[in-house]
Amino acid sequence: MHARIAALFAVFAISSHALAEQVQVAVAANFTAPLQAIAAEFEKDTGHSVVASFGATGQLYAQIQNGAPFEVFFSADESTPAKLDSEGLGVSGSRFTYAVGSLVLWSAKPGYLDGSDAALKANQYKHLAIANPKAAPYGLAATEVLDKLGLSAAVKDKLVEGQSITQAHQFIATGNAELGFVALSQVYKDGQLSSGSAWMVPAQMHTPIKQDALILKKGEHNPATAALTEYLKGEKAAKIIKSFGYQL
Amino acid sequence: MPLTKADFAAVLLTLELASLTTLLLLLTGTPIAWWLARTQSKWKQPIGAIVALPLVLPPTVIGFYLLVSMGPHGFIGQLTQSLGLGTLTFTFTGLVIGSVFYSLPFVVQPLQNAFEAIGRAPLEAAATLRAGPWDAFFTVVLPLAKPGFITASILGFAHTVGEFGVVLMIGGNIPGKTQVASVQIYNHVETMEYAQAHWLAGGMVLFSFIVLLALYSGRSSGRSSTRVWQ
Repeated sequence: MHARIAALFAVFAISSHALAEQVQVAVAANFTAPLQAIAAEFEKDTGHSVVASFGATGQLYAQIQNGAPFEVFFSADESTPAKLDSEGLGVSGSRFTYAVGSLVLWSAKPGYLDGSDAALKANQYKHLAIANPKAAPYGLAATEVLDKLGLSAAVKDKLVEGQSITQAHQFIATGNAELGFVALSQVYKDGQLSSGSAWMVPAQMHTPIKQDALILKKGEHNPATAALTEYLKGEKAAKIIKSFGYQL
Repeated sequence: MPLTKADFAAVLLTLELASLTTLLLLLTGTPIAWWLARTQSKWKQPIGAIVALPLVLPPTVIGFYLLVSMGPHGFIGQLTQSLGLGTLTFTFTGLVIGSVFYSLPFVVQPLQNAFEAIGRAPLEAAATLRAGPWDAFFTVVLPLAKPGFITASILGFAHTVGEFGVVLMIGGNIPGKTQVASVQIYNHVETMEYAQAHWLAGGMVLFSFIVLLALYSGRSSGRSSTRVWQ
């Protein structure tokens, strides 16, 4: 009986759009692909629509602080949402970890990496791309891995920095850097590597990349905002998030 | 300490990049502007349009095509690799080449206007006095077009200082090599170091204002050949 009523409501929501709202979200660059996939499902299931802006966490923070109309913020780290929360820009108690990122050493060339760190240690490349470690958690994690391997000094002059991991990925994808550290989500789809070759960096080699979300004050009274964050915590979203190589 | 060592290095690098770019632009832009000012060729309009492209193209377009064409699979990359130079992305040389293209119209257009304003008469007079074309260029054209050269230099220099998108896309943020002031400001904003961002950004505003003030003051007291963009 309950299911029937729910179905009736769903039909009502979709057909009339009377209950459909729009939610505007800010999303860290690494979560672009999964969020698009989740948003498509969310829109189908609830009738609400998602308008997403993708960017580097620090840049989105600056925009939110200066009045950007975002209602939910999907950060690439834990500290930025915490900061916004303490500054009174978030809805207190709404913060949660939506994904734990995986770092991967990736090359656009098939066979360049053999699933281990051998090529990284061999140091036969000219450029190693990372995201700016001060701005991007994946960049910071990459420097921790290099430290752990004792390679920091050896590769210092070969490091090229992208402002976000999107740019680091761009450097590698265009062949300008032979290899580099990116988010697994950028090169992974449906449970496998979508192109090139890679070394999956063991999670214990760096601080966990916990990615937190926060409902912002502007979205406090929008029903679609809560619907989206609940949807993110649900099973359907979890499946999508995992298929892009994140942990939960 | 308002500015860090990295900030100073970025400012210095920016000035170096802008100076070298301006010099190269004066050397390459002068013959292009001269040709555009004099020619009756049907290629005048297409070439003029190509030179003006960076005026309207977003820097992301220029940066993206430079990244791809300078890369190991691109035509510039293939050329530089066959010459044993490696690839130019993430190098200072790469930035200079990108900047030359990016600021080209800012140098060529004022020069072209200056050359067009001189007209044929002074050159014909020089020819009757048996001055060869090179002689006439250096003794007649250059002095007459001096305000145009000043405008071109200032605009080329200032526009290169203000370059951001292209450097961001092909630079790789390497301190001392490709980390220029505009990128450093972006770094500070991204990492929430707003105080340092203010020092650099404020300096940039002041610098740009002084440059434009110098340009406009020179223009109002100078000749008509200093006009830029009609």
